[in-house]
Amino acid sequence: MVRLSSTPIDPGALLTGFLEGRRDTGAAVSFTGLVRYDDGVEALELEAYPGFTEPAIADIIAGAIERFALDDALAVHRIGRIPPGAPVVFVAVAARHRRAAFDGADYLMDYLKSRAPFWKKSHEASGARWVEPTPRDHADLARWETMETR
Amino acid sequence: MTAGVRVLLFGPLRDIAGWRERMVDQAPATVSALKRLLADLDAPLGAALDSPGVKAAVDKTILPGDPTLHPGCEVAFLPPMSGG
Repeated sequence: MVRLSSTPIDPGALLTGFLEGRRDTGAAVSFTGLVRYDDGVEALELEAYPGFTEPAIADIIAGAIERFALDDALAVHRIGRIPPGAPVVFVAVAARHRRAAFDGADYLMDYLKSRAPFWKKSHEASGARWVEPTPRDHADLARWETMETR
Repeated sequence: MTAGVRVLLFGPLRDIAGWRERMVDQAPATVSALKRLLADLDAPLGAALDSPGVKAAVDKTILPGDPTLHPGCEVAFLPPMSGG
């Protein structure tokens, strides 16, 4: 499941909701990404294309569910202007066993960081600049494209 | 349904153009014809639309080649994505 949120997200409540009513799941892993207080960052502005961004993320989730045989996965992404310290993304995955859950969450985040249709502007004391995926983000993604499923 | 097309710009493109959304009254035949029309109105935007990595989605779908436009369609110009 995918959700874009223009209001603050509550990772604790999202995880609690995600865990409710599970019977086959033995392991759940969640990840929360926060806006860092660095380099004079005053806010991060995330722009999505509603109706285009969600299906693209749903495809990423479907890929993770198939690859790691997950029971379920959830991605909630903030859009709009987000202050330092606030959550920008929350991902949770459920699987029968922990290894698939850890790998599934790792994979989902790597794909979200480089392949999800968002445009990100960093508002800093010195002005605003558009941010693109870093070489590190591309390297993280490449791990999955060369790695065999365990 | 109007005879025109709705044009949407994302990311740095909207800073270059100074707008996010605009109606073009007469639908050009294709995406490349729309780009030429926009370039005639705003040369820096035209150059940005032709830069590498800028994709066009017609009615929220990215198609190969030079997709055909139809009245009432929505064309979004998508610069390289930042990711989440």
